[in-house]
Amino acid sequence: MKKDMNCVACPLGCLITVEYEGSEVISVKGNTCKRGDAYARTEITNPVRSIHSTVKVNGGEHPVVPCKTSGPIPKSAIFDVMKEINKVTVDAPVKIGQVFIKNVCNTGVDIVATNNDNGK
Amino acid sequence: MINYDLAVIGGGPAGMAAALKAKECGVEKIVILERAETLGGILEQCIHTGFGLHYFGEELSGPEYAAKFIDLVKETDIDVKVNTMVLSVSEDKTVTAVNTSDGLIKIQAKAVILAMGCRERPRGALQIAGTRASGIMTAGTAQKYVNIDGYMPGKKVVILGSGDIGLIMARRMTLEGAEVKVVCELMPFSGGLTRNIVQCLNDFNIPLRLSTTVIETHGKERLEGVTIAQVDDKLCPIPGTEEYIECDTLMLSVGLIPENELTKQAGISLDRITNGAIVNEMRETDCDGIFACGNVLQVHDLVDYVTLESQIAGEGAARYILGKDSGEKVYIKTVPENGVRYIVPQKVNIKSKEDIKLYFRVGAIYKNKKLTVEAGGKVISSKKKVKLAPGEMENVVIPSDVLASLGGTDTIKVRVED
Repeated sequence: MKKDMNCVACPLGCLITVEYEGSEVISVKGNTCKRGDAYARTEITNPVRSIHSTVKVNGGEHPVVPCKTSGPIPKSAIFDVMKEINKVTVDAPVKIGQVFIKNVCNTGVDIVATNNDNGK
Repeated sequence: MINYDLAVIGGGPAGMAAALKAKECGVEKIVILERAETLGGILEQCIHTGFGLHYFGEELSGPEYAAKFIDLVKETDIDVKVNTMVLSVSEDKTVTAVNTSDGLIKIQAKAVILAMGCRERPRGALQIAGTRASGIMTAGTAQKYVNIDGYMPGKKVVILGSGDIGLIMARRMTLEGAEVKVVCELMPFSGGLTRNIVQCLNDFNIPLRLSTTVIETHGKERLEGVTIAQVDDKLCPIPGTEEYIECDTLMLSVGLIPENELTKQAGISLDRITNGAIVNEMRETDCDGIFACGNVLQVHDLVDYVTLESQIAGEGAARYILGKDSGEKVYIKTVPENGVRYIVPQKVNIKSKEDIKLYFRVGAIYKNKKLTVEAGGKVISSKKKVKLAPGEMENVVIPSDVLASLGGTDTIKVRVED
């Protein structure tokens, strides 16, 4: 099987053609760097993405505070992770890096704060 | 009248980087005037990552990127006035501003840095038929509703314009449970980064319709739907291609306009293409001691470049204030040619003794072309480029020895060639 994809590793967005059999990659063509090769291989075997959202905050400067996955998660887990994020409410103050959920959906990745909220 | 060495207008990434650099260069009394409640500017609502790859070598979210600079500002004695609206800047560097604690204030500065950023083109700038139903907003406004205020502005969304903010919001709305029906783009190509088309649209099977626009909105109190149509090569809707799409929200991501009202008021000349001030290599405008940087000067695609540009302006302002820029100055023009839309800075001092980086954008998508730089009639570089796109800012370096070899009537030209 052959699949065309645009690399997301950098703004260049190379058009890559991957030839594969099941989950085994036979060849990667069209990439202009190593990162493109790596991206194409993960895209075929286990595509991953990072997710960014917000959680509710009690007594904060704003009603919500932003958060992200501490690393990439499987693409297929995105909506399950969103459900977990939307269950969380935290109390101000919040510090950047503060962990809201540990090992979210058993992905080995945490949900962490990406902004400070010093409270009202 | 309050006296400062430097007044910085705007406390976003541009204003903070400029103020910090000026401080580092030895400027004593600095004030940052910020309209919003906090420093950070638009980064505060850009909760996605992708910021800082160039400058910090790590991928940060907008608030994280801003926080690094906010912390640095707090460590200095730079004065910060938030909730403060600047009303005017005059040629003699008097800044008039107002806020609820000080009332009306007048600041006399030795130098001023304009770092007001940009705003989105609103619906009024487009010719879309229909009433003023609620549910029609810019993508950035929707982004503030969702990411700062914490509520969803709608459930069924159509996005007009495929700039990065529109693409990012398509994903954000989808993650929060809305249905994004389509992203329409007037041009035959997207103005957004390819990685955003992949991660924000393709990942969620959101269709991107190129050469398509919204021609009418329906609904009186609340938006009920839009009519979209394909456009021809003159960007005019093609009769017979109309299609009705039911939606309660229309988001516009149709371009950014530098906020140059204060600049114009001060009598500073603007570039017709960038809609920002005409500046020299230190980002000084044609008004002595008034500098401009960040999105108010030219709309950037990466905040990292805003930071770098603002540091140049900060250093320029410091030299001006400390009297270190008294050397000989001979300015020559930078000229965008064939395929290149504009160049910043628009003029450079050939006596500057430093390498100068020119930033520019092309006007269309080019593949496998060359970027040629000509100085004083001689080609100084011609680099092969796999891809050039209007959405991606390019730069070239003019070495100091090349500058030194030029005369006052020479120009520097940048063009796209086969």
